[in-house]
Amino acid sequence: MNAAMLRSALRRNRSTSTVAASSYVLRRGFSTESAPERKVTILGAAGGIGQPLSLLMKLNPLVSKLALYDIAGTPGVAADVSHINTRSEVVGYASDEQLGKALEGSDIIIIPAGVPRKPGMTRDDLFKINAGIVKSLCEAIAKYSPNALVNMISNPVNSTVPIAAEVFKSNGVYDEKRLFGVTTLDVVRAKTFYAGKANANVAGVNVPVVGGHAGITILPLFSQATPKANLSDEVITALTKRTQDGGTEVVEAKAGKGSATLSMAYAGAIFADACLKGLNGVPDVVECSFVQSTVTELPFFASKVRLGKNGVEEVLGLGPLSDYEQQGLEALKPELKSSIEKGIAFVRGS
Amino acid sequence: MTSSATTFSIGSTAAAGSKVGPYSQLKASSAKSKSENHLISFNGLKAATSIRHDSKSLSTGSESAAALKHSYVKKALKHDNRTQYHVQPHASYKVAVLGAAGGIGQPLALLIKMSPLVSQLNLYDIANVKGVAADLSHCNTPSVVTDFTGESNLPNSLKGSNVVVVPAGVPRKPGMTLDDLFNINANIVKTLVEAVADNCPDALIHIISNPINSTVPIAAEVLKEKGVYDPKKLFGVTTLDVVRANSFVAQRKNLRLIDVDIPVIGGHAGVTILPLLSKTEPSVAFNDEEVQELTRRIQNAGTEVVEAKAGAGSATLSMAYAAARFVESSLRGLDGDGDVYECAYVQSDLTELPFFASRIKLGRNGVEAFVPSILQGLTEYEQKALEALKPELKASIEKGVAFVRKQPVAV
Repeated sequence: MNAAMLRSALRRNRSTSTVAASSYVLRRGFSTESAPERKVTILGAAGGIGQPLSLLMKLNPLVSKLALYDIAGTPGVAADVSHINTRSEVVGYASDEQLGKALEGSDIIIIPAGVPRKPGMTRDDLFKINAGIVKSLCEAIAKYSPNALVNMISNPVNSTVPIAAEVFKSNGVYDEKRLFGVTTLDVVRAKTFYAGKANANVAGVNVPVVGGHAGITILPLFSQATPKANLSDEVITALTKRTQDGGTEVVEAKAGKGSATLSMAYAGAIFADACLKGLNGVPDVVECSFVQSTVTELPFFASKVRLGKNGVEEVLGLGPLSDYEQQGLEALKPELKSSIEKGIAFVRGS
Repeated sequence: MTSSATTFSIGSTAAAGSKVGPYSQLKASSAKSKSENHLISFNGLKAATSIRHDSKSLSTGSESAAALKHSYVKKALKHDNRTQYHVQPHASYKVAVLGAAGGIGQPLALLIKMSPLVSQLNLYDIANVKGVAADLSHCNTPSVVTDFTGESNLPNSLKGSNVVVVPAGVPRKPGMTLDDLFNINANIVKTLVEAVADNCPDALIHIISNPINSTVPIAAEVLKEKGVYDPKKLFGVTTLDVVRANSFVAQRKNLRLIDVDIPVIGGHAGVTILPLLSKTEPSVAFNDEEVQELTRRIQNAGTEVVEAKAGAGSATLSMAYAAARFVESSLRGLDGDGDVYECAYVQSDLTELPFFASRIKLGRNGVEAFVPSILQGLTEYEQKALEALKPELKASIEKGVAFVRKQPVAV
C-alpha cells in the first residue's frame, strides 16, 4: 500500500471513536505478537522457488505458523529456516501422508510445486507434468483447507488456475474469491524495466499488468504507469516485449539450470504478504492477480484486485487503454482462452 | 494501486544506552510520514533490543586515549546523533558477493538485492552466476546487479566495493567437521582475499567460508603480506550463532523473540561457540540443566541442520539471513548510524588469543569499539567453557596462519 493510503487510514483512526481493526493493526504493526495468528503453507518448499520463498515468509512477522511441504527435502529446509529468530513456528512435512497436516488450518497456501522451464520450452510444455501435480495438491486442499487463499505459482498459471477451480468445484468447495494466479513477477519486471527507461526511482514506480502469465498474454499497461514519462512508441513496444519475455530471459541466462527462482520467491512473498494484510483487515490492499473475472468475456483474467478478509473484495477494471494496449488485449484473448480451456478440459477429461 | 513491497531491512541493532528506540523504530516512525512504508511488515525482521552499555565499558582497544574520550563524547551526544542521523536509508553502497551462485550465495544475494542501502551488487562465482544475476536484476529495488564469472573477472567484481562478502567454498556433509573443509576452503579464501587486497583494500571483508576460526586468520595473513591489513575491517561472520541463541532461548523460556538478545563469543565451531546465557537480554534465570542443553544445542546447531539435510548440504537459508543482517549492520555503521552492535570474529585484545568473537560496535571504519565488560561477571560454567575453548581456537588460528606462511602469496 502506498503512503497516501496509509496516511488516510491513520487519519481515519484518529477521527473515529471506535478503533477499526485495520488501523489497530497499522498502529500496532511493530508489535508482531499482537498481529493475528496466521498459518502459511508452502507446497513445493524444497524446490528452487520454494526454498527462498520459505526464507522470505519466515522473515514476515505477519506469519505465526509456517508449514513447508514437499515430496522430499523439507525436514532439512525446515530445520535450517527454523533457526531464524522471527515469530513463526516452522514445521517440515514430507510425503503424501503428511500433506493433510501441512494444510490443516492454513490461511494461505502458496504453490510453487512442479518443474521449471528449460531453454526452448514454453510454459505450456510444462503442462503435462505440472497439471497432474496441481490437480492432486488441489484435491488435498479441497479436503483439508478449503477456506484458505490459494496462491498459484506453478506454471502454466493460465491453465493451472482453471485446473484448481475445476477441482474445487467438483469437491463443492470452490470460492472464486480465494483462488489467485500469482502474476506479481510480471508487475515487478514491468516496474523495473520502466524505471530504467523513465529514469525514475524504482521504489516509486507503479505499472499495472493485466491478462495472463505467459508470453503475449502478459499485457503491461505502461500508459497507466506512474510517474509519467514521455516514452516513444518504440520504447513502449520494447518494454512490453521485454516484460512478456522476462521469464525466457532468465531461462536462457541460466542455460539449463532452471528458471527464475529468486525473483519469483520475492514476488511470491510480496503477493502473500498482500493477502495476509487483506485478511488482517488492512484497507486498500491492491495487487494485480489472475482471478475469476468478468472484466472481459474470458472466465479468468488478471487485473488489479482489492484484497480483504475473504480474499478478493473487488476486481477492479482495466482502466483506460492506449491503442497499442487495446490491440494487445485483443491479440492475447485467443491464446489465453485456449489455455484456460486446456486446463478445464484436463480436469473434466480425467 | 499498491506500491508493492520492494526494499526491506533485515539488520538488527542493540540500542546502546537508553531504551529510547533502536534504529528500526526510528525507521518506522519516519516511515509513517514518508512514502516508503510499504514494507512495514518486513521491517519487523529487526530484532530490536535495548541493551544498556555503560560508557566506561566501551573500549577502543589499542586506540589512543583521545579516541576513547571521543567515544564517550559520542555517547553523550547519542541522542542528538540519532536525531541528526538521516534515518531514511538511501541506496549508496556497493557490495560484492564472492560465491554468489552457491547454496548460501543465492539467497544471500536476494536479501542484499532487497536492501534499500545498496546501489550496486556485484555477483562473482566460478560458474552459474550469469543466471543468478539475470534473475535478481528483475527485482524492483535500487541496486544494479552485475555478474562476473571466473578468476579473470574477479578483479572487476571487486573494484569500488564497500563490503565484500565471502560465502564461497564447499559445505559440510554428515560426519564431517568444519576442519575437514579446511584444505579446500583455505585455498579458495586465500585466492579471493588476494584479489580483495589488490582491488578494494579499503572494503569491509565478511568471511563466511568455513572453518571461520582458520579462514579469518588466513585472510589476515594474506592482507598483511600485501601490506593492506586493517584489523578493523576483517570479520568472521558469527551472526548465525547469535540468531540461533536468540531463537532457542526464546522458545525454551517462552520469551517474545523481538526482546531477546544474547551475546555469543569465542569462535564459530563446536565448543569454541560460547553463548553467554548469563547476559541474556531480557534478564532471565536458567537452571544448570537448561544452561547445558541450550549451550550444547547452540554449539551443535550447524550439525543439526547438516544431519536434517542428510547429505543435501548445510545451513543455507538461515546463514543467508544472518549474513545479510550483518551486511546491513555494517552498512548502517558505514552510513554513520551511531548505534550498531553485532557479535563478530575479529582481531581482538580481549583475550590472549589473536582472534576472538565478541560484541563490537560498528562504525564508519568498521570496528569502532569493543565491549570488554562482556568478559566480566561470567558464571562459573561460562568461565570454564571459555578456558576450555581456548586451546581449540588457538590451534585453528595457528593452522590458518601456518597455511599462508607455508605458501607464497601471489603478488
